[in-house]
Amino acid sequence: MTDQYVDILIIGAGPAGLAAAISARESGMESVLVLERESEPGGILRQCIHNGFGLHRFHEELTGPEYAQRDIDRIRELDIRVECGVTVLSLSAQRIVTCVSPVYGFRTIRAGAVVLAMGCRERPRGALCTPGTRCAGIFSAGTAQRFVNLEGWMPGKRVVILGSGDIGLIMARRMTLQGANVLACVEIMPYSSGLNRNIVQCLQDYDIPLYLSHTVTDIRGRDRLEGLTVSRVDENRNPVPGTEIDFECDTLLLSCGLIPENELSSGAGVEISGITAGPVVNNHFETSVPGIFACGNVLHVHDLVDHVSDESFKAGRAAASFVNSNNVSIGFITIKDGAGVRGTVPQKIRLDLSENTELMFRPSAVFRNATVIAEADGKVIAQKKAMIFTPGEMASITLKPKDISSVSGNSLTIRIESED
Amino acid sequence: MEQIITCINCPVGCRMTVQISDNGSFLSVSGNTCPRGAKYAQQECTIPKRMITAVIPVRGSSVPLSVKTAEPVPKKLIPEIMSELAEVTVMLPVHSGDTIIPDVLDSGVDIIATRSLP
Repeated sequence: MTDQYVDILIIGAGPAGLAAAISARESGMESVLVLERESEPGGILRQCIHNGFGLHRFHEELTGPEYAQRDIDRIRELDIRVECGVTVLSLSAQRIVTCVSPVYGFRTIRAGAVVLAMGCRERPRGALCTPGTRCAGIFSAGTAQRFVNLEGWMPGKRVVILGSGDIGLIMARRMTLQGANVLACVEIMPYSSGLNRNIVQCLQDYDIPLYLSHTVTDIRGRDRLEGLTVSRVDENRNPVPGTEIDFECDTLLLSCGLIPENELSSGAGVEISGITAGPVVNNHFETSVPGIFACGNVLHVHDLVDHVSDESFKAGRAAASFVNSNNVSIGFITIKDGAGVRGTVPQKIRLDLSENTELMFRPSAVFRNATVIAEADGKVIAQKKAMIFTPGEMASITLKPKDISSVSGNSLTIRIESED
Repeated sequence: MEQIITCINCPVGCRMTVQISDNGSFLSVSGNTCPRGAKYAQQECTIPKRMITAVIPVRGSSVPLSVKTAEPVPKKLIPEIMSELAEVTVMLPVHSGDTIIPDVLDSGVDIIATRSLP
């Protein structure tokens, strides 16, 4: 017995959830409900006030709030219900959601199909094994971004950033422009995982030094952070004695990776990939539990929101088609990561593939003048060349229905072959 | 004079070497692998431009207003534009796209709101 039934229930009103809701409605679904924990739809885009979003999808450079607003406007045009301030507590394999909110109280909702669109969260200090005291003044970069851009607080005046992912780089510029002194950006790897354009526009423009192959080896301060030590690391990422540099600072921002947020998915028995930390899905973005779909950063961490939207439109359509026909696959081909490839999504392709399917993955290293190859039964079934593959940029290869129909085995491998 | 520039147009990130004359004008570029790189190098060595985004406080709103320059502005204007933004007073309501400061510092570019506040 549940309080309510909807055809399509979407968890999360960030770019993934909004796109899935739009495409489900456009596919003919009358009852679509989006549940959002925050007070407004838009997800993390609300706090990403910098520009650079939407180049692929809209062919113009928008800021995060502007990009989100386009989807919110469409949601309103289509009269799709988005309930904010609602926290989902659990999801079952029978597609029954329990949720709670100050406005609607405690409810159970049964859904014809569920789309998981909860996004990801930042790797916290506890997961980084940083040394030193547990003082105030240490924030994840995204938390600082929320304080500055949405709540109007400055977290500190003298700042060091650990990790050179894009959020850390963006925050180096943001804190500088809002009046803070950013002393250094420290990266344990010998390369930055951020985009080149962000290294140039966020660090070099403001003369912020980037310390590659360095990490934080001491954190000092009783109540508030007072200073920290940065050391060079060797090729095994161990600190090298004698290379210490001391910084006097009141703030440390952590930009050390993103992790898909899948507690709800696991509770429903959805199989989670050890590599992407997101659900294992087929080419319809359907998880191992029938009728539960996943898209966006909860599935795998993307570089560009444009790709999140694209993927989520497909997931919303597939969820609508599941409600209409309840179609179950006759069988799958499993996609395996080969040399140079990590975290290919989707991990399975239905044998009854009827449209072109894009397989997305992360290169495991930098490859120049390389070819990505889809191989089955010892034969190349598709390939694509590129001047460069880097771990910082998701890559893809598209398979056509005829590529799949020629496969006789039950698996297919994606690998990168470099000419160098 | 020589200047080294990293191209930001695509992930290849070419390292380009630009020759600049004594009076600061662009002479030539090498190391780029496509025409977009050459164009970027020339722009970057003559008048480098950037989009500026920021937040400003709004009277009567606990949420600050996010704004941007409507187009890229010369990089050297960034500190002055940030000072202008620190001075400006905005009243509710604001609609995304509203002009907050017209023709900021005579640059020919407006500062506009990127979100709405009711």
